[in-house]
Amino acid sequence: MYVIETDKLTKRFGGFTAVDRISFRVESGEIFGFLGANGAGKTTAMRMLCGLSAPTSGKATVAGYDVYRKSEQIKKHIGYMSQKFSLYADLKVWENIRLFGGIYGLSPKQLARKTDELLHALHLDGERDTPVNALPLGWKQKLAFSVAIIHEPAIVFLDEPTGGVDPVTRRQFWELIYDASARGITVFVTTHYMDEAEYCHRVSIMVDGRIEALDKPPALKETYHAANMNEVFQSLARKATRGGV
Amino acid sequence: MNVTANDNNTMITVRNLSKTYSRKGVGEPALQNVSLAVKAGELFGLIGPDGAGKTTLFRILATLLLPGEGEATVCGLDVVTRWREIRARTGYMPGRFSLYQDLSVEENLAFFATVFSASIKENYELIRDIYVHLEPFKNRRAGKLSGGMKQKLALCCALIHRPDVLLLDEPTTGVDPVSRVEFWDMLGRLKQQGIAILVSTPYMDEASRCDRIALMRSGRCLATGTPARICQSYKRPLYSVRSSRMYPLLGHLRSWAGAHSCYAFGHSHHLALKDSATDIASLETYLKEKGYTDALIQPVEPGVEDCFMELGND
Repeated sequence: MYVIETDKLTKRFGGFTAVDRISFRVESGEIFGFLGANGAGKTTAMRMLCGLSAPTSGKATVAGYDVYRKSEQIKKHIGYMSQKFSLYADLKVWENIRLFGGIYGLSPKQLARKTDELLHALHLDGERDTPVNALPLGWKQKLAFSVAIIHEPAIVFLDEPTGGVDPVTRRQFWELIYDASARGITVFVTTHYMDEAEYCHRVSIMVDGRIEALDKPPALKETYHAANMNEVFQSLARKATRGGV
Repeated sequence: MNVTANDNNTMITVRNLSKTYSRKGVGEPALQNVSLAVKAGELFGLIGPDGAGKTTLFRILATLLLPGEGEATVCGLDVVTRWREIRARTGYMPGRFSLYQDLSVEENLAFFATVFSASIKENYELIRDIYVHLEPFKNRRAGKLSGGMKQKLALCCALIHRPDVLLLDEPTTGVDPVSRVEFWDMLGRLKQQGIAILVSTPYMDEASRCDRIALMRSGRCLATGTPARICQSYKRPLYSVRSSRMYPLLGHLRSWAGAHSCYAFGHSHHLALKDSATDIASLETYLKEKGYTDALIQPVEPGVEDCFMELGND
């Protein structure tokens, strides 16, 4: 079963084509790396897939729901996390769980159970009443990720989740990603760390609004005669012509 | 470390600098006893994650924040008493994009030139190399530029009064790998003009672009020196291990008796051994027992990221 399926998905702003006929499919439980230079169209594409922006043309379904007609259903069946915005720093740990769980539509009973489960799994039982801004960054990250999947979504979108994070925490975060994937949650992730591209099952690289390459990392390295994913990225992204966008 | 402020080649000195932000009466040290020195024409990198204290150090050097304990000078001038002169001779690029989003590329540049009583014309040579990337978009509003282009414009604005010292707080964060390489190429050319450049980054791979670096974490300097010297100080035997089943391999390597630590490094795992007497052949046997028939084990040179994680472990 495909959790994301797009066919010539396109978004134009006036005369400018931000996303240009992208077609791809993501399987259930897959860790899908969504790479591209700044301005390549990643954010616009992600906003369409999250049901936040209507496409200009083309087709797409996310978790089985059509992006044109069922955007509200999509929002209920996905999780989202970014480094820039994930938790409310001034709220306590339990308040953040309560807030996001409520937004994702959990019942009070489910919320109570999930809160205990989540705090226990993260070894945060003693931090229930701690304001989030007092937690070390690594804990914050783990909490943010757990909250983003508290409603067991079909898919979680991670927008540069590890920016500015120290090397050890960054690696621990990827272990959470593997665990979620093993539980069947599809992970759609953007990153500027090219070593992290190696950890994805498949990687797509966008250039000037189009998907220029999409394959497993070893296959991409072979195709582009590259020693690592950074070289693959550099050789593709240098073809971009619309740098200033 | 030995820092001589009187050395007229030294453009930035930081001596035993500490800073604590008092918040609701609870002191969180943002900087603890940090010392470093940057010479003219030197590219010095502060390498560390969020919360390392990099921004606090920049704000003190940019005379926007008072030091707690210790002292700092820029261009030989004390940051507390000579702030006005320092500001005239320093270009500061804050971590958060702080140009005028509603002004065009050209208007932003002209504004910053005017503030420092300079003109684009007289210092154009200095920024030409960078500004050529921006020229096609000179009438575009700064807020409408891509991340990489915004950073190039911010660099031009920090340079337009021909400063002796450049303070660049995470100029490549959130910038794609291609633009990052371009940005570092530009810094390499700028330092040849004799400008002292202090630049911070959370990307460990960018450390190799610096003449010297300080590895920072939680307000402290873990190590200072050339990237090569820091890598040489890594004492443990280090191996790269890969197989077709990478994720289970990580757990198995960590539970091997000879392992000190093991971390994923792109297409391979880096395995540090407890001591150099360990026979690596026993690892091959162990992995075969665990069902890895295709494991590839090779010695590997430690990089700055290996060093950072080892130092952070202590």
